[in-house]
Amino acid sequence: MPTSIPELQQRLAEQRYVSDRGLAVSLFIALKLGRPLFLEGEAGVGKTALAAATAAALGTDLIRLQCYEGLDISHAVYEWDYPRQLLELRLLEAGGTVDRAAAHRALYSDAFLLKRPLLQSIDPARTRPAVLLIDEIDRADEEFEGYLLELLAEFQVTIPEIGTVRATERPLVILTSNRTREVHDALKRRCLYQWLEYPSFEKELAIVRVRVPEASAQLAAQVTALSQELRTQDLYKVPGVSETIDWVSALVALGHDRVDEQAIGETLGVVLKAREDVDVMRGGRVSELLARAAARATGGA
Amino acid sequence: MSATPGDALLARLLGFGRTLRHLGLDVHTGRMLDVVEALSCVDIARRDDVFHACRALLVHRHEDLDTFDRAFDAFWASAAEPSREAPAGGDEPATRPPAAGPERMGLLETQTDTADAAADEEPLEVPAWSDTDALATKDFAEFSERELAAARDAIEQLEWQPGTRRTRRWVAGRGSRLDLRRALARSVRTGGDMVRLPQRVRRVRPRPIVLLCDVSGSMEVYARVLVHFAYALSRRHRRVEAFLFSTRLTRITRQLRASRIDDAVRAVSKAVPDWSGGTRIGASLQEFHRRWGRRVLTRGPVALLVSDGWDRGEPALLATAVARLQRSCHRLIWLNPLIGTEDYQPLTRGLVAALPHVDDFLPVRSLRDIAGLARALEADQR
Repeated sequence: MPTSIPELQQRLAEQRYVSDRGLAVSLFIALKLGRPLFLEGEAGVGKTALAAATAAALGTDLIRLQCYEGLDISHAVYEWDYPRQLLELRLLEAGGTVDRAAAHRALYSDAFLLKRPLLQSIDPARTRPAVLLIDEIDRADEEFEGYLLELLAEFQVTIPEIGTVRATERPLVILTSNRTREVHDALKRRCLYQWLEYPSFEKELAIVRVRVPEASAQLAAQVTALSQELRTQDLYKVPGVSETIDWVSALVALGHDRVDEQAIGETLGVVLKAREDVDVMRGGRVSELLARAAARATGGA
Repeated sequence: MSATPGDALLARLLGFGRTLRHLGLDVHTGRMLDVVEALSCVDIARRDDVFHACRALLVHRHEDLDTFDRAFDAFWASAAEPSREAPAGGDEPATRPPAAGPERMGLLETQTDTADAAADEEPLEVPAWSDTDALATKDFAEFSERELAAARDAIEQLEWQPGTRRTRRWVAGRGSRLDLRRALARSVRTGGDMVRLPQRVRRVRPRPIVLLCDVSGSMEVYARVLVHFAYALSRRHRRVEAFLFSTRLTRITRQLRASRIDDAVRAVSKAVPDWSGGTRIGASLQEFHRRWGRRVLTRGPVALLVSDGWDRGEPALLATAVARLQRSCHRLIWLNPLIGTEDYQPLTRGLVAALPHVDDFLPVRSLRDIAGLARALEADQR
């Protein structure tokens, strides 16, 4: 457990995660107070990456629950392994008279319990607190939010067939949301709230340098500046930091150490994901953008 | 705990909490104790650490961040001047300024008028509405305040069934899939034999509604009714997202959640910067797609676009934006108050370009039209 905010930032940096002070303060308090951290922001600003980096920085497991519509207890918390239970039931039957109580005990034992992410994270057998990432909570149904609220209050789960499972080491919970739906205030109120912005040019360049060390300094600066420029344009979907990283990686893979109009044209699909956006950029806007990016890159450096 | 940050700090923090509450942030007193605890973990001599700690704990909505930032600056800046006695927070600066601008719209007339009506001691005979009444076919543009209230009640009483969709969640019921969990639990009871096979089905839920209303100059006479319509709709139906636009787009979903119509109307008038401005339907819809589309056009919604179609922008832009809207929702219904007026033909260039991308083109001119809309929605149980 880090003892100060700079130490936490340092440890995250070792995991190649560039964090600003505000984010580090929130994460540090979340750790100290044992509160969940709720991260909101546009897609690709590093919400999921933070959870992974935090788990690595604390030297503990990352348990990830990807939310989707229809997510229910059997996929989020636990499920009984029915085929094996049925087989076991047949075996018991073949072995002689089935005593109902004994059969129940045998069928509903740990061996037939499939532990899903939420149950894994509060498993009493855990010796150190895990990092539980509940990714894209906005995609799950509201019913699931209600269930989560209960879990986050007590860190315990009741399985009717065997009883209550309670965490001995409470996990650090990180929730993320892309805001495709308003998450209920009751859930957010329980958490520390952190809004992640698109980073400044300097910060994004630092992230790119750390993430794609094989790229030349010039390429990294040019592409970062281009991404920053694209974010000022009227686009349906502006690129996130992860797109910038992908873009630089793609250009490196193609053997570029600087970008020109042609290189951008070849790789535009890595950053722009809507047909309308690609059309807009193809129509001569690329050279204009390149010129503006060049000014920004040299001005920033 | 009180020893660490000091009582003076605690008092100031509580004052700050009060300020935030006055500004409309959802801060309860218990939260302030968390802040005190959090501040014991950070360096309170560092202003930005105090700032970030407070922000993470006291804000939980993105739209409140700006308010918080300004309040923090104001509050702690005044703290630096020992000369001023009362903490700047207090109650004064935060008290909400009376809504100044929007009143000119006459949107608030409801309030004054109902007050007048009460003063007149007129018995609360809200005219009841039936389909045969004169009220049923009267143009909204000519409604009086009392008639408006009656209309609102009538709208609220309508059954809003914007169709249903199968969700991805399974529940017990007669269906195509076996419910293994229940099957096994029962078979234990019968000594390992499966007597009956329990089944499960996909749950069915009503579709969300997305309402986009034009409140530009040419729609001015309908603006009041539209806000009431939006309010009634969001009370009857759980998932309604509402937006108003003229030259710019404003989301009014949260404002409509007020428990009293007058509060909702006041909040809406305050939130919309450009009542009765020019019309830029295409540009407004595009703004909607960029800022809100991915957020609210989820789970197969029914979109209601209310406008007379007088667009000052490029027809091509309008067509693209409407086409995109249609692709992202289950059904797109364009409601036009001009339909039904004498000699009306949808011939404006924008409308001609946009209409091929609209599923239904229906009138909203009178209560009968709105009842018709409710029926049309209900009929669509595909």
